[in-house]
Amino acid sequence: MNSDTPNQPAIELERVTHRFTTPDGRALTALRDINMSVGRGEFVAVVGPTGCGKSTTLSLITGLARPSSGIVQVMGKPVAGIDPRIGFVFQHDAVFPWRSVLYNVAAGPLFRGESRQVAFQKAREWVSRVGLAGFENHYPHQLSGGMRKRVALAQTFINQPEILLMDEPFSALDVQTRILMQDELLKLWSNLGASVVFVTHDLEEAIALADRVYVLSSGPGTVKSVYTVNLPRPRIISEVRFQPTFVELSRRIWMDLRQEVEAGFNRAAEVSAVGGRL
Amino acid sequence: MSAVVSTQAQDTQDQAALAKLRRRRQLVMFLRIAFLVVVLGGWEVAARTKAIDSFFFSMPSAILGQVWTWMLEGTAQGSLWEQIWVTLSETLMGFFIGSVLGIFFGILLGRNALLADVFSVYIKIANSIPRVVLGSIFIITLGLGTASKVALAVVMVFFVVFANAFQGVREADRNLIANARILGASSRQVTLAVVLPSALTWIIASLHVSFGFALVGAVVGEFLGSRKGIGLMIATAQGTFNAAGVFASMLILAVVALGMEYLITGLENLLIKWRPAPLTE
Repeated sequence: MNSDTPNQPAIELERVTHRFTTPDGRALTALRDINMSVGRGEFVAVVGPTGCGKSTTLSLITGLARPSSGIVQVMGKPVAGIDPRIGFVFQHDAVFPWRSVLYNVAAGPLFRGESRQVAFQKAREWVSRVGLAGFENHYPHQLSGGMRKRVALAQTFINQPEILLMDEPFSALDVQTRILMQDELLKLWSNLGASVVFVTHDLEEAIALADRVYVLSSGPGTVKSVYTVNLPRPRIISEVRFQPTFVELSRRIWMDLRQEVEAGFNRAAEVSAVGGRL
Repeated sequence: MSAVVSTQAQDTQDQAALAKLRRRRQLVMFLRIAFLVVVLGGWEVAARTKAIDSFFFSMPSAILGQVWTWMLEGTAQGSLWEQIWVTLSETLMGFFIGSVLGIFFGILLGRNALLADVFSVYIKIANSIPRVVLGSIFIITLGLGTASKVALAVVMVFFVVFANAFQGVREADRNLIANARILGASSRQVTLAVVLPSALTWIIASLHVSFGFALVGAVVGEFLGSRKGIGLMIATAQGTFNAAGVFASMLILAVVALGMEYLITGLENLLIKWRPAPLTE
């Protein structure tokens, strides 16, 4: 399956800049000279203030967006279009509301040309693996937010992605459900062994889940610093956050991040003040 | 023990709420009927006491009498059922063809930005023309038969459905489309599995309106020139100063339209069963 060199990192961004043109013709730089590398089977979290280009980074890796300059490589090859080895979990519900749970989970294999029988067989397994057995024929609107997220996870994991990209997947959930889903994610990930990029604005979530944490600065987004999380696995989310290593790391990263958040806030305030004068 | 008591209290409360709901429904029904009686009764009384001229405005009893006569003895052009069937079949054909074309081109242009940019201006122009006048052209080119009525109905329906299908495609959730693409969907699969279902709500909303337009197209077409149909009945009644005949035809058209509306609602519920049920009262 892997014809490419195994020593290559799973994902590599080299001096990547992404500019786009606004409808009124101004060029905005979302990302500038980003360098990032994710090893095979590594779990990387990306944190940063609002609007620092976290989501853009993921779009570049999926091939939904192209870099203005620099190289984005997946499994040692430049990204050209959507790579079938990639799975993506969205911030907001992206399950198909007109399809049952079972069909939603089977969507990937069906799109990829598997027979209905095989696809539904696999889907049944995955539905029960994420704890939704008995809900196969429910429609998404009949489920809670946490259950819909489980559908989304099953929908992504059924394709057995080698690279898993997650864009603030749990930000819309309440705290208790979020912790359950984080444990669920770590469990699924440890079986799959995919390389993960997990974008979040929740610093504690980043530390609890990841091997390394990238801190981005805003306007335009650049990598400010990278932290290694030396917490043993398997981790239990509800307990890991009370370990001294966790607390210390969380404090250090927060000091780093706080400047960025404040700078971002000031910049936004300035822009709106200028806008008010015009 | 206390649990049992509270369940009983709950039951009593539920029953009281249900009774209240029932009373309200009865009141609404009563007021509806009362309104109808007052309006029709007032009309009838005004016509019989010569307060209004029944030659121009007819009266409910004469209109019902006209419908009754048509049902028993047929119209000037033949049996009433045949006239209804002719108009209904023209309407249905126009409705069907217009809807299919509207959905097809709506999705095509919605999914293809270049085509949309090129053709949107022409569609805007075509849409601003009062399309009923095309009826005359269709009668000249397609003759007095069914084809000219169907063509007018198609033109009436097409733009409504097209505009809604187009908008529905444009409103399709970008996240859902991105998700489908990453899960492995081809462009065709995205259209069929994501864009079409999400546009369906818009399309079906437009079908309610456009059936009315199809009926207008068919009736106006018959009005302009035909050998059969409800439109011709109206034209004939107008020519003989038969006000009751015009109102009676209107009544028949209303019944037909309501019947079809009922069927479309049934179709809607069948197609959009994934949507959460609307809250009732």
